[in-house]
Amino acid sequence: MFAFITRRIIQAVVVMLIISFIGFTIKHHVGDPVRELVGVSVKASEREALREKLGLNDPFFVQYKNFLKNAVRGDFGISYFFKKPAAQVILEKAPATLELVFASSILIIILSIPLGTYCAIKPKSILSRLIMGMSIVGVSIPVFLTAIMLIFLFSVNLHILPSYGRGETVAVFGGLWDTGFLTIDGLKHLILPVIALSSIMLPLFIRLIRAEMMEVMQTEYIKFAFAKGLSKKRIWFVHAFKNTLLPVITVGGVQLGIMIAYTILTETVFQWQGMGFMFLEAVERSDTSLLVAYLMFVGVLFVGVNTVVDIIYGLINPKVRISGTK
Amino acid sequence: MKKIFCLICTAVILISAPVHAKTVNLGVAADPIALDIHVQLSGEMLAYSHLSFDPLVRWTKDMKFEPRLAEKWERLDELTMRFYLRKNVKFHSGNIFTAKDVVWTVERLKKSQDFKGLFEIFETAVAVDEYTVDIKTKKPYGLFLNMMTYLFPMDSDFYTGTDENGKPKDAIDKVAATFANTHESGTGPFYVTYREQGVKTVFKRFADYWDKDCPGNIDELIMNPIKKDATRVASLLSGDVDFIYPVAPQDYAMVQNRKGVKLVTMGGSRIITFQLNQNRRPEFKNTDVRRAIVYAVNNEGIVEKIMKGEAVAAGQQGPKGFGGYVDELKPRYDLKKAKELMKKAGYENGFECTMIAPNNRYVNDEKIAEAVAAMLSKINIKVNLKTMPKAQYWNSFDAQEADIQMIGWHPDTEDSANYSEYLVMTPSKETGYGQYNSGNYSNKKVDELVLACQTETDPDVRNAMLKEIETILYNEAAFVPLHWQNLSWAGKDNLDIEPIVNIMNFPYFGELVVK
Repeated sequence: MFAFITRRIIQAVVVMLIISFIGFTIKHHVGDPVRELVGVSVKASEREALREKLGLNDPFFVQYKNFLKNAVRGDFGISYFFKKPAAQVILEKAPATLELVFASSILIIILSIPLGTYCAIKPKSILSRLIMGMSIVGVSIPVFLTAIMLIFLFSVNLHILPSYGRGETVAVFGGLWDTGFLTIDGLKHLILPVIALSSIMLPLFIRLIRAEMMEVMQTEYIKFAFAKGLSKKRIWFVHAFKNTLLPVITVGGVQLGIMIAYTILTETVFQWQGMGFMFLEAVERSDTSLLVAYLMFVGVLFVGVNTVVDIIYGLINPKVRISGTK
Repeated sequence: MKKIFCLICTAVILISAPVHAKTVNLGVAADPIALDIHVQLSGEMLAYSHLSFDPLVRWTKDMKFEPRLAEKWERLDELTMRFYLRKNVKFHSGNIFTAKDVVWTVERLKKSQDFKGLFEIFETAVAVDEYTVDIKTKKPYGLFLNMMTYLFPMDSDFYTGTDENGKPKDAIDKVAATFANTHESGTGPFYVTYREQGVKTVFKRFADYWDKDCPGNIDELIMNPIKKDATRVASLLSGDVDFIYPVAPQDYAMVQNRKGVKLVTMGGSRIITFQLNQNRRPEFKNTDVRRAIVYAVNNEGIVEKIMKGEAVAAGQQGPKGFGGYVDELKPRYDLKKAKELMKKAGYENGFECTMIAPNNRYVNDEKIAEAVAAMLSKINIKVNLKTMPKAQYWNSFDAQEADIQMIGWHPDTEDSANYSEYLVMTPSKETGYGQYNSGNYSNKKVDELVLACQTETDPDVRNAMLKEIETILYNEAAFVPLHWQNLSWAGKDNLDIEPIVNIMNFPYFGELVVK
């Protein structure tokens, strides 16, 4: 286990270096931060002076070296727009995104497992066909369209749910985390974004679970279990289901990361002030230090999630031992 | 007897005072980047300036000057204007507003990267006594009062000294959380009680506000930036916010058809144009070719089809109501004439050229560029169009990467000459004129007239010069005029929007009446 984790950390460092380099290279192409800071009628000489002051005129490798030197100390530079350290901005925005992703994950898990299993056990029933049909529709409609339709149906026409933002939040953990889970208003604001964000992943997981389970149901040991006369429920929910979960967990780990990325669309439509929204804004405002810091953050997140998934995988399936353990 | 009268007055005031606090939720496209009003010259910043500060004078709806912190003013000589300041005005900090705050603010404006261009012309501001200030320009200046609408006196005592980090409180810094960026003390109708940048800013009515005749009756104004046009409209229609601006043209019908909300639009002063680069394309040096292009562009059609009628097709730079506006200079779409001109110029078979336009800066900018490219193909000019986000656009624009480039312009001075200074004067690094003239159009007469306008203080003479400029530009087809974008606001029916909105797009929320 120790060797495994060490190797993961080394991998992570390499990944981070690559990401930082790519991030740094593209930051010179997303636009000019100085333009976003000054009004249109400001003279070119004034802009040049500001660029000099911000160190944007230094050669690429000097800037990159300075960045790495500071990054090692946890300083990712100052966000031009928020006028705060970029890392601090990201940490402030993270709770919004993580709560959204967490709530969506819960929704996906509690819906996809029973629905997927049902479709696998009774593939020919009308309900199964209906679920499958709906899932195709769900996968096909882009997230932003789903989101806008939800807003127009539930906010604009029915007036039952709010249309934007996080609503009332409460600071917990000594002010480090603003949560919307503890107020009625906050929970109401959560409903539509969660549905929108789940709209792609939920159908995907229903289909995945169904397909895996149907495959498992064809295997010899399940047939043997039936022949032995075990109760159907036991076969379905203990023997078959357990083996269905393996690929689902693998995919789920990767998808969790992707879901954090998907929040860009959902968050923009709902003006949900999380990291995805922040990232898009940073791109549009050419807030380059924030941009690079966020890319690094996402890199860490992906490496972290994948490591955890690998460990869980080993725990569930003794056949697949993590390489490096004896 | 007097005592009883006073008591009755007090009673009347108490009874008529609103019983419960009125809160207005505002949905805007973006909030100001900081609380320091001198850190950026932008629409959001100026709109905020009118919330927490007051200018010396301000524009009325019909583009006249209205006294605010200056009660009256008089010209002492051709360089100096004397302002008599309002007494008994308090800043949010409790300090009393006097002439020294005006002097201090003028000096700070001259240091601000964004405002120094506009305030360079001002030599000094001298406090004559506590409530009189003389402001002097370096040379006679025709837009003296226009500039005074940007002079929002700041609380000099409040901003003097150093903060807890040992940094000067009056420092103007675009990227640091300085004292001025995070605190405010102005004389305006609202003070800031809470701010989370990009999420929410809460304004409370200032109890000691000097303007006792102010009809406004809202106690709290919450500014919520909502970036997406569709979400912003939805938030109004769902009742989550009470007032939004801007409203995208495609949503006008939806707002109008909805009960309980109303839409207010007004012709704006932001002109959208294309510039034809004469340095890159020898063809564009030919006046006939430029005129042919103007004749070929059906800008009335663009207004009708793409802008859904929510813009005014233009034939010149400044809209109606501006000093230089000439009635006769109408949009001129005439394809036949355009073809004739191309033939006359010897380009009957046309040529190929490049065009760039932003895709998220102006209303429908990308669609407009596509339409113009299609229209030019009718006179055999094949246009290779490239559109890009505004974050990348302006560097390409400055580098003059394409032969035809789109630019929209709103004059900071609300005056016709400003368009010419930036868009059509001969570009010069030394003087800074023609900074956005990517067409490289150059006409000595125009340059002379624009410079003469600056020092001309007689409005009639000045307007005649401005009109002459517009006429020359029209005849020479210096640029391709498209339209002036409309401004739009929408709110719930119980909000009296119309009196507070104006062509500058700085709604005077202090005066907003909620029924």
